[in-house]
Amino acid sequence: MEYVLWIPLLPLIAFWVNILLGKGVLRGQAHWPSVLAVGGSMVLAVRVLFDVIHGQTMNQDIYTWILSDNFRVSVGFLIDQLTAVMLIVVTTVSFLVHVYSIGYMHGDKGYPRYFAYLSLFTFSMLMLVMSNNFLQLYFGWEAVGLCSYLLIGYWYEKRSASDAGKKAFIVNRFGDFGFGLGVILIFVTFGSLHYMPVFERAPEFISRTVNIYGLEVNLITLIALLLFCGAVGKSAQLPLHVWLPDAMEGPTPVSALIHAATMVTAGVFMVARCSPIYDLSPTAMAVVAVVGGVTALFAATIALVQNDIKRVIAYSTISQLGYMFLACGVGAYSAGIFHLYTHAYFKALLFLCAGSVMHAMAGELDMQKMGGLKRYMPVTYWTMLVASLSISGIPGLAGFFSKDEILFSAYAAGGVGRVVWVLGTLAALLTAFYSFRLIYLTFHGEFRGTEEQRHHLHESPPVMTVPLILLCIGAVGAGWVGIPEILGGKNHFGEFLSPVLRHPHYEVSHAEEWMTMALSVTVAVVGIVVATVFYIKDTSIPVRLARRFPFIYRVLWNKYYVDEFYNLIVVRPTLFVANSIIEGFTDRKVIEGIVNGLPAFVGWLGAQMRKVQNGVLQHYGMIMATGVFVILALLLVKVLGG
Amino acid sequence: MVEFLFGYFSVVIVIVSVLVVTSRNPVHSVLWMLLLFFHIAGVYLLLNAEFLAATQVIVYAGAILVLFLFTIMLLDLREEIRLGPFTGGWPAALAIALAVLITVVAGIWGLKPAYIGPWGIKEIQTETHTKALGKVLFTEYLVPFEIASVVLLVAIVGAVVLAKKKLKT
Amino acid sequence: MIPLHWYLWLGSVVFCIGMAGFLMRRNIIIMFLSIELMLNGVNINLVALSHYMQDLRGQVLTLMVIAVAAAEAAVGLAIVIALFRNRPTVHVDEITEMKG
Repeated sequence: MEYVLWIPLLPLIAFWVNILLGKGVLRGQAHWPSVLAVGGSMVLAVRVLFDVIHGQTMNQDIYTWILSDNFRVSVGFLIDQLTAVMLIVVTTVSFLVHVYSIGYMHGDKGYPRYFAYLSLFTFSMLMLVMSNNFLQLYFGWEAVGLCSYLLIGYWYEKRSASDAGKKAFIVNRFGDFGFGLGVILIFVTFGSLHYMPVFERAPEFISRTVNIYGLEVNLITLIALLLFCGAVGKSAQLPLHVWLPDAMEGPTPVSALIHAATMVTAGVFMVARCSPIYDLSPTAMAVVAVVGGVTALFAATIALVQNDIKRVIAYSTISQLGYMFLACGVGAYSAGIFHLYTHAYFKALLFLCAGSVMHAMAGELDMQKMGGLKRYMPVTYWTMLVASLSISGIPGLAGFFSKDEILFSAYAAGGVGRVVWVLGTLAALLTAFYSFRLIYLTFHGEFRGTEEQRHHLHESPPVMTVPLILLCIGAVGAGWVGIPEILGGKNHFGEFLSPVLRHPHYEVSHAEEWMTMALSVTVAVVGIVVATVFYIKDTSIPVRLARRFPFIYRVLWNKYYVDEFYNLIVVRPTLFVANSIIEGFTDRKVIEGIVNGLPAFVGWLGAQMRKVQNGVLQHYGMIMATGVFVILALLLVKVLGG
Repeated sequence: MVEFLFGYFSVVIVIVSVLVVTSRNPVHSVLWMLLLFFHIAGVYLLLNAEFLAATQVIVYAGAILVLFLFTIMLLDLREEIRLGPFTGGWPAALAIALAVLITVVAGIWGLKPAYIGPWGIKEIQTETHTKALGKVLFTEYLVPFEIASVVLLVAIVGAVVLAKKKLKT
Repeated sequence: MIPLHWYLWLGSVVFCIGMAGFLMRRNIIIMFLSIELMLNGVNINLVALSHYMQDLRGQVLTLMVIAVAAAEAAVGLAIVIALFRNRPTVHVDEITEMKG
């Protein structure tokens, strides 16, 4: 399976080609290297999938990266069922987004740069999912963060875009700090960073504790929670979710690829990859489940009232990522990965549709100014409708199967699972509601924009709509590989992943399974119906509700004031310290004092030394002769003395 | 006899050296230098180095000193000679030179060769001095010899470039 | 038989007189002559050591010194001529253009 090396290598080559030749040579043709490279990676990823289905896996180091005493890190690939699934998700979505971007980014002045970053991101993400050790995972983890930063701030002339890029980077730093500590702790504990030895030896350490300032903490729990810190940052879970809505300042295809389908799911992937560690710590599992469940509901409530089309989808992403963590937290890793996989398609589709709408509306994001677009852009409308039905969990579509499996697993797991099941079911209700609110506000009713905008409305070119249709197929069919047994199907997906991810077996009757399924379908339908009533039948209801409960509305509208809270406790004090202490004292007085004082001293010394160089030859000669005398005298003393 | 000759050469060499560095007129200095070189050639003869004695007379006395004389004549030094010959710091210079002298003299008191090579007086006499020197020079020290020739070539070119008048453009 | 160190003393004395001349005189031509004097002091030592050690290497080195002395005299005097053309003086304590 040596060819797997080419999967990350091709996008990397495309990145270099675009960076080096893009501006001068390729210009408007800069998409070719990237699209071809990612297409090649996609073909190879499909081949990997078939190889893995035929039982071939691989865990091999290909290059020794760092070797220092007993610290040994290599670049290596672990190809198993989980990697194969991730490869398929990453390369297919990435390929479609690359193609879509040809149309969406057409004529942008940073065109080659855009494709270079996009390819670099694909490379980083592939390195992340193919890694066989924690440090390479960390490398990919940081590299995707970097690409995310670069792409959010892609339109760097726009202040809000560059601010959003910085925000994403800094907020992620909080999580990554914990992640880095977790990696270090793993090395200190196990003496290795490779997955396999660590996972094999983890049970030996199950009752080991460490003392942190007098607090006894279980070692495995600590490792799991530190790693989870990174996942919380990268996957935008509470309380580090604040960067993801702002990340929508980037180009919409980027939002689809990075901030919906792939990068943000890295946290879920990591938790699933480290499942042997998480399985040993019920505490960490409970934390994961509760964080996931609460985030799912929390983000869904915010999505209810937002008017920015991309922000609604962004909060929806946070909410769906919460589902995935919820699944991992109750031990149903394969359900989480299943949702990751289906979500990638319908969420990428939602974003690309939103991009298509923005394309037609000349960059307008406010849904209040849209409406009635159904007539003008039928392909976008129908694909987006399918994606919304899928995310709402309408039976037969991809989202239904994965969401149902998660909710059922949560219910069946009992204990904390029951609590998060309630949270998840409520979130499902809200998901259906806000998804259809988005559809109705955007595509139904009368057009509310300006006359000029109405004139400009048009369906997107085929290079954009074809990826939409392809993703639409994914949003419908991706779930059919994991049909629950009570519907007469078979969970091929879970079975496929079973060598890597434990698939829990529940002692729950069919009746209860039917009950959870019926409930999730019911809440989805109720959500859609309520949305229809609110935004088609009687559009005055939402306004009246907002008047009736102004407090709730304000809190939701302001996203629970999380940003304001961080501003108060983190940003302001940091700026204060930076401005008054660091800049005012340390920088101005200490560092500039040293920096300016040192040259001044050297200059003074030089002025003194210069007097020796008076240009009179005899003086130089005399100094030299004195030196000769001193050397001779020393030699003489030594000879006589010795 | 040898002791007498050495004594004579030594005394003349030292006196003439002092005269070289103290004469007010550079032409006198050069002429004293000429006398000095002949006496040094005599010392070489005492040391059984006939070829070097000849070289000393031909190269130093014949070529280098003539070069000096030429230079002095090219320059008009009548004004210069009237000014004081010594720099302001001459006592210090003298003290340093004396200090070095005392150190060196003390250092080489009773020095004896620690190593005896293959070219004793007998061997040199059977070979003749010039032939013996030539053998060493053109076998063991061939490369330094060639390099010395390159150094001389470079010096010729350099001297020409430095001394010629700037061409008016 | 004259002891070796007498010859070495003679060479040292000539060398030090040359050094004193170099440091004391203002006339650049005499300074060059002083350098020749120093080189001759060294040559006496080399030849004496060569004789007493019964090895011809010292004399080979002397030949090299003579060659270098010739080269040095040629270049040095050319510099003196070039210098005199710009500034009609041979007194080095008046030539301090290179001071820092």
